[in-house]
Amino acid sequence: MSGAWLPVATLATSLLAATLIFALPERAWLARTSLNLGAALIKLGLVGWMIWGLHRGLEYAVEFPVAAGVSFVLRADALGIMFAGLSSLLWLFTTLYAIGYLEDSPNRKRFFGFFSLCVASTLGISLAGNLFTFLIFYEMLTLSTYPLVVHRGTRKALAAGSVYLRYTLSGGLALLLGVVSLHVLAGDIRFGEREILADLGAEWYPILVGLFVVMILGLGVKTALVPLHGWLPRAMVAPAPVSALLHAVAVVKAGAFGIVRLVYDVYGIELSYQLWLLHGLVAISALTILYASLRALAQQELKARLAFSTVSQVSYIVLGVGLFGPLSTVAALSHLLHQGLMKATLFFCAGNYAEELGIHRIDELDGAGWRMPLTSLAFTVGALGMIGLPPTVGFISKWYLGLGAVEAGMPWLIAVLAASSLLNAAYFLPILQRLWFRPGPAHGQGEWPDERRLGRLETSGWLLWPTLATAAFSLLAGFLASMPFSPLEWATRVASQEYLL
Amino acid sequence: MNALAVLGDEALHLTPSLWAVVWLIVWGPLLLGLVALYFPPHRMLTAAAAYLPVMAATGWLVATIAVSGPRHASLSLGELTLTWYLDGLAILLLLLTQTVLMASAVFAVGYCRTAELPSRPAAWLWPLLGGLSSGLTLIWIAADLLSLYVGLELMGLCAVALMLLPGEAEALAAGMRYLLYALVGSLAWLLGVSLLLGAWGRLDLAGLAAVAEPGAVTTLAVALLSAGLLLKASIFPLHAWLAPVHGAAWIPVSAVHAALVIKASFVILLKLWLLLAPGQMAAAWLLGGLGSLAVLWGGILAWRAQGLKELVAFSTVGQLGYLMLAFPLLIGTSEAVAALAWRGTWLHLAGHALAKAAMFMAVGSLVLSTGRSKLVELAGTSRRLPLPLLVFGLAAVTLMGLPPSAGFTAKWLLLQAAIRGEQWLWIGVLVLGTMLTAAYLFRMFRHSFDEQAPHLTYRRLPLGMDMMALLLALAALALGLVADWPLELLWPWGGRT
Repeated sequence: MSGAWLPVATLATSLLAATLIFALPERAWLARTSLNLGAALIKLGLVGWMIWGLHRGLEYAVEFPVAAGVSFVLRADALGIMFAGLSSLLWLFTTLYAIGYLEDSPNRKRFFGFFSLCVASTLGISLAGNLFTFLIFYEMLTLSTYPLVVHRGTRKALAAGSVYLRYTLSGGLALLLGVVSLHVLAGDIRFGEREILADLGAEWYPILVGLFVVMILGLGVKTALVPLHGWLPRAMVAPAPVSALLHAVAVVKAGAFGIVRLVYDVYGIELSYQLWLLHGLVAISALTILYASLRALAQQELKARLAFSTVSQVSYIVLGVGLFGPLSTVAALSHLLHQGLMKATLFFCAGNYAEELGIHRIDELDGAGWRMPLTSLAFTVGALGMIGLPPTVGFISKWYLGLGAVEAGMPWLIAVLAASSLLNAAYFLPILQRLWFRPGPAHGQGEWPDERRLGRLETSGWLLWPTLATAAFSLLAGFLASMPFSPLEWATRVASQEYLL
Repeated sequence: MNALAVLGDEALHLTPSLWAVVWLIVWGPLLLGLVALYFPPHRMLTAAAAYLPVMAATGWLVATIAVSGPRHASLSLGELTLTWYLDGLAILLLLLTQTVLMASAVFAVGYCRTAELPSRPAAWLWPLLGGLSSGLTLIWIAADLLSLYVGLELMGLCAVALMLLPGEAEALAAGMRYLLYALVGSLAWLLGVSLLLGAWGRLDLAGLAAVAEPGAVTTLAVALLSAGLLLKASIFPLHAWLAPVHGAAWIPVSAVHAALVIKASFVILLKLWLLLAPGQMAAAWLLGGLGSLAVLWGGILAWRAQGLKELVAFSTVGQLGYLMLAFPLLIGTSEAVAALAWRGTWLHLAGHALAKAAMFMAVGSLVLSTGRSKLVELAGTSRRLPLPLLVFGLAAVTLMGLPPSAGFTAKWLLLQAAIRGEQWLWIGVLVLGTMLTAAYLFRMFRHSFDEQAPHLTYRRLPLGMDMMALLLALAALALGLVADWPLELLWPWGGRT
């Protein structure tokens, strides 16, 4: 096929960047930085090219056999390219941010090498054309994020790394078992080929349900579905750009994206509905949304609160997948992108407060809005988005979720959404109130924990600009939601393919 | 149709040019080794260049056999006829052997120099490695019990001598114990062979498979042969000799030993069972059970190990256990299951050989560079020794069976075979083994990523040593993605069409 090289080239960009970064000496700051940014830009360009090509109806696929009856398949489809677009966009900003954040700290070569590998894995996940390929990159992601989580090398970081591995490797094994069993049952299932499992016949349905549960256990670990979420708050010891990456794009999204693939492209939405699998997803995601919001309310550390907020927000995606109907699909897919933009912004802001002012706890934020107005503005945009206030992107997700709940005949879920929004407000609004309306060191009362004056602006430009950019993108995605190529419009396109509207 | 039955076909005889190539591969390394005894190589490049003809010959042989199909040859020595058979499996094992040996030999040049080994014993490393290579090659291509015996003894004696080379008390004790076990193993082998010869009057595998009938004699003979081989392959519960031997030996020797030497016994064992005991399902399950215990016990021992070399050695015990699952999955199962298990087993063997050799080399670099050999003492090394740790990590990916690696694809195939064959027990073994392997291998990183440890003093090592290790580790990863081509060569296989 004419476009076969594009997915390969996109993947190779990050892999090659990782290899070269490993080969460069630790001191080569300039070479490493140019390599990082160059690769990020090239990749963004390639993904953009594929989006345009898909829009024009082109196909991008490449495959080769790996072993008896199973192939390695890379294929760009509308759903996968959404995730690829998100990861390459956020990779650019996170790389910029990380360059500033890790200024003068040790082991930067190792960090950026694995950072690139991590993004390569995410891209592989989004372009994977069958479960086998998905699994390869899903496990690669686990391995490449471990060195990032333990990057600081403190006892706490190492312990968090062990917990992370215990969760994710067990999850990966569960997924492997499920995928192998499905392979034995139905052969090499390509994403986008429907009805293979439904054709097996009713006597296989109990086994299919069992396998679905096993695979959701595997994917649920990365998605941080309650009660499989324990690794995520602990992994907060990682540096801020890693947290942004883990929460916004890489790990939790890989899990959520896997669930989307499993329901839409492996089992098929009708079969999942028929086997009551969707009902299970709705139940577990509703539970996760409420439980994690409550836990977030109890956190006093800024990053820990954001972490539990992630647990809750990612489950909106799962909820959207679980509701039968095109509107909730639109909600799920657009939230995949929206949450990424908002959460990256929030973690960048948390990193800025920590780097510039040494702030880690929420009660230290009093009046920080007047010391760091731009960062705080970005934080406000992200927080209001999380609460779901119009016209932010969060509102769009929640609106479509609500419509989807009604469409699926589960109007009681609107109560869950409302409760969750109230809880979101309860844990974000006090932060905003502290930022803007409480007197603090900026007004001459007390001192910041550890003020560092990193740049001419309120903090170093490397830290500030990516923060503002992601905030701006999340605003734009809301304002321009009905424009072509907006997350919402693209999600609608995917949903119409899924439901053959 | 029995694949070995084609032995009578004249058209498939070795051509003279192929004969020459086979002879070069069998005896070339030994000759090179003898030359190196008097003129030891001082540069890694010299060793690599000297080995190049052997590698080229191997490549040519692989390409020829892959294109034109299996070949055989025989050599009459009076009453006895030696039979050699080159099929897809044999040439792939040859390629694997020569790759690992070449990397280890090149690594060894740097190792001898930086570890400042005494020059006399160090010079003997070369002919012994050469003899080991000849023995291994003979084993891969042998199709009769006598050739196998010659190969096995040549390989075994060279291995023992290599183990004794360090000359320290610890190495001598471990090496003598190894010699004792090797001799016991050989004795059991000889007894088994003479029983078969007495009962059926022939030693070639194809003929034996055709005439031998199940009965007390065959069972006893196979049991004796198996006991000897299980001991040599350090299969649980006969594994106790392995860790002390690897702990005391020089690194390149351990690498070759773990990667190839103990595998040779397993390969012979599997061939014998498929030919002589095709229906013995209960016994096959027993071997599978031993393998499962090896996976678990080896994993636990590795998890508790304090020393780096010890950890890697116990890991070998566990990983060999996976290979033993081949017996229950191949013997008495359906065609589809056996096909999957057959491929999975060889892929696992190859992946483990490459990764384990790489891991031993990485450990060698770490130990040489820091002068410490315990895990806890390596805290904080990741900042100073990123390359050996990267190699260790890449090899660990294969050993854990995580993608993309030969270990993963092999596990995928074995799991599929177990599910299709409804042998659920082995699924549990594979899952538990993966968890245990991850648990003991990540201990390494837990220590090396520690940034709060006191700083060690480091020695610089030649880059070539780490590059050889990296090459092997990357080969193990790549094999997982391009497994289709070598696996297709394995078909048709020893037992069935």
